[in-house]
Amino acid sequence: MIRALLLLLALATPVWAVELDEMLADPAQEARARDLSKGLRCLVCRNENIDDSHATIARDLRLFLRERIAAGDTDEQAIAAIVARYGEYVLLNPTTGGANILLWLAGPLLLLLGGGIAVATLRRRAVAAEVTGLSEEEQARLRELTGD
Amino acid sequence: MMITELGHFALVLALAVALVQAVVPLVGAARGWRGWMGLGDTAALLQVLLVAVAFAALTHAFVTSDFSLALVTGNSHSAKPMLYKISGVWGNHEGSLLLWSLILASYGAAVAIWGGGLPPTLRARVLAVQGAIGVAFLAFLLFTSNPFLRLANPPFDGQDLNPLLQDPGLAFHPPFLYLGYVGLSMAFSFAIAALIGGRVDAAWARWVRPWTLAAWIFLTIGIAMGSWWAYYELGWGGFWFWDPVENASLMPWLFAAALLHSAIVVEKRESLKAWTILLAILGFGFSLIGTFIVRSGVITSVHAFANDPERGVFILLILAVFVGGGLTLFAARGAALQAKGVFGLVSRESALVFNNLLLSVAAFVVFIGTIWPLVAELFWDRKLSVGAPFFNAAFTPFIVALAVLLPLGAMLAWKRGDVPRAGRALVPVLLLSAGLAALAYSMQTQRSALGPIGLGLGAWVVFGSLADLWGRTGRQGFGERLARMTRLPRADWGKATAHIGFGITLFAVAALLSWKVEDIRVVQPGETFPLGRYDVTLVQVQTDLQGPNYLATQAELRVTRNGPQVTTLFPEKRVYPVTRMPTTEAAIDYGFWRDLYLVIGDQQENGGWTVRSYIEPFANWLWAGCLIMALGGGISLTDRRYRLAAGAAKAKAVTA
Repeated sequence: MIRALLLLLALATPVWAVELDEMLADPAQEARARDLSKGLRCLVCRNENIDDSHATIARDLRLFLRERIAAGDTDEQAIAAIVARYGEYVLLNPTTGGANILLWLAGPLLLLLGGGIAVATLRRRAVAAEVTGLSEEEQARLRELTGD
Repeated sequence: MMITELGHFALVLALAVALVQAVVPLVGAARGWRGWMGLGDTAALLQVLLVAVAFAALTHAFVTSDFSLALVTGNSHSAKPMLYKISGVWGNHEGSLLLWSLILASYGAAVAIWGGGLPPTLRARVLAVQGAIGVAFLAFLLFTSNPFLRLANPPFDGQDLNPLLQDPGLAFHPPFLYLGYVGLSMAFSFAIAALIGGRVDAAWARWVRPWTLAAWIFLTIGIAMGSWWAYYELGWGGFWFWDPVENASLMPWLFAAALLHSAIVVEKRESLKAWTILLAILGFGFSLIGTFIVRSGVITSVHAFANDPERGVFILLILAVFVGGGLTLFAARGAALQAKGVFGLVSRESALVFNNLLLSVAAFVVFIGTIWPLVAELFWDRKLSVGAPFFNAAFTPFIVALAVLLPLGAMLAWKRGDVPRAGRALVPVLLLSAGLAALAYSMQTQRSALGPIGLGLGAWVVFGSLADLWGRTGRQGFGERLARMTRLPRADWGKATAHIGFGITLFAVAALLSWKVEDIRVVQPGETFPLGRYDVTLVQVQTDLQGPNYLATQAELRVTRNGPQVTTLFPEKRVYPVTRMPTTEAAIDYGFWRDLYLVIGDQQENGGWTVRSYIEPFANWLWAGCLIMALGGGISLTDRRYRLAAGAAKAKAVTA
């Protein structure tokens, strides 16, 4: 655990994040850039987004992203431009394309499957309990009614 | 020096003893030979003694800075403060595994010492399984990660411990996590022993539950400590990164939480036996998977794994033997475990089944997200990342669902519950929570609903738990009910406390994520800037201050609010000459409602300094919530029925 953390930190410290001189003049655009930055990975860091990273490559990515936004790209276009240049690896939020759909649906599917099994089992048990329970009572009632 | 060789020798002996512990009691239990079964106790005690000697020897080497040991040279330095010389023992791969083995052996010894009340065959089998795990890890230690290797030419001084780890918070973070991880081995051993013996009953659960609870408490504290450390040390106030290493600890925590809930059903209702056994196997399995992830480096990159395949393959082998073996045994014998208690579809039992379902699915989502980059690269040759946005989107719904269902489920009666009745009791809680959420929404400046929802959900859980406690006090007058409340069983109090802690943590996470205030700017000495409702003045910056083993740049920042001074903070930047690593020491003014979090950056060309300031709302509530959760677990542990179980064990041991 420690060693892995170390690696994370050694590659990432000091965590200076976005610098002032990089910021866009338009606050709305800058806000968009910062939002998008949080979903983009610093390529040489461990699991760190470019907004938090001080690595040179993270700065390059931040600047490139801001270039695209200043040029009038939509969020999607800017992300697409970055993926085209740096590859899918840069996305901290994996796409739903291809096999990734399995990743996204794994949780809900498992919940449905597990929930289905659980409900079926519980219902069967409850019914079994009810059937045996009732049959005794009913037998007594039957005897009572038939005057045995 | 002799002491090191003694430690090495003790470790080799411990492996031999563990081998005996793994085999002899198992054979004894199968054949009904008392003497062979009894040997398990002796072996367990001997094993912990020997591993403790090895651990003490390694600690001695670190404390005396014996640089003839490769491990000490690589991870210590003579100028390092004593606390970090000691924590340096487990601040590395080899030493941390030795600590792992020591804790494992201690749990085994605990069974030998306090397990007098257990049926002898069950105890023998539990000790044998513990012994087998011990064999695996001691062999791993000795054959691939020996901490006692010598250097032919000892250097004059060491390479120092990573400065980020030279921190009191992180010094005790690994031991707590390991106590948790390894604590789950107890549930595993009991599960395997029960499968071999073919018997799971209330008494079994009464033994398993406290151990699981203890493991879960340690994991909770360990994870909270790690998160707190990240918060104050990494310099921007983040508290969870969805890093594989963090996920490795979260998965066993989720399974332990599920297990300690399902074990209640086994204990009180003798139902859900097979599922509980399965959870016990999975819980420890994920502890091992966590170890594999962290120790092999496989998730960081496939190439890191290839660099050191020996260790990775060894852990994979341990994983395959124990989890594979456990699951095989479960498949063969699990069906034989007959449920006794019957219950309706709407009942506390069913509610706990759904608690288990949600926790397990949540753990599974973390698992698949953690290994997906590896899977995608292996099967589809796609190099991709799975980061925080995925986990936030895919994991959170299950936890939200859990929180929504919690107060209702906790109020349902065993066997056959009455939803309208429980619902009626919760109407005031629902109104209160919704009101708080609406209030927060109207007061906040941004449009995101995350903060208000978090507040509403947290309040729902917290006040729902209080309503549950209150509902258990009958129908008398207020004073009488209050008096009764204090006499409720500790288990009820523990449950409510832990759930309240969970609610507080939920709220704090949402608050931190949505209401954090951030400011980055260049400030000249003497200049003042506004931060939320505060004014911050950079009084001065001092450079080249000499610390014990570092050089520091220190800023003095004065914080005022409408005139009166709130506090003065001294954030630092440090450079550790030995490792040449810079660190940031954020200065934090801790408060009940918010933390002020100031960080000093680099000097700019115009003479000003980059200052990053954050207001972190309700930050302390996050870790307080975790501690309250752990406290709730602790209160449950002291419940009468466990004390009785322990007392009975003692009484029996005396008469025997």
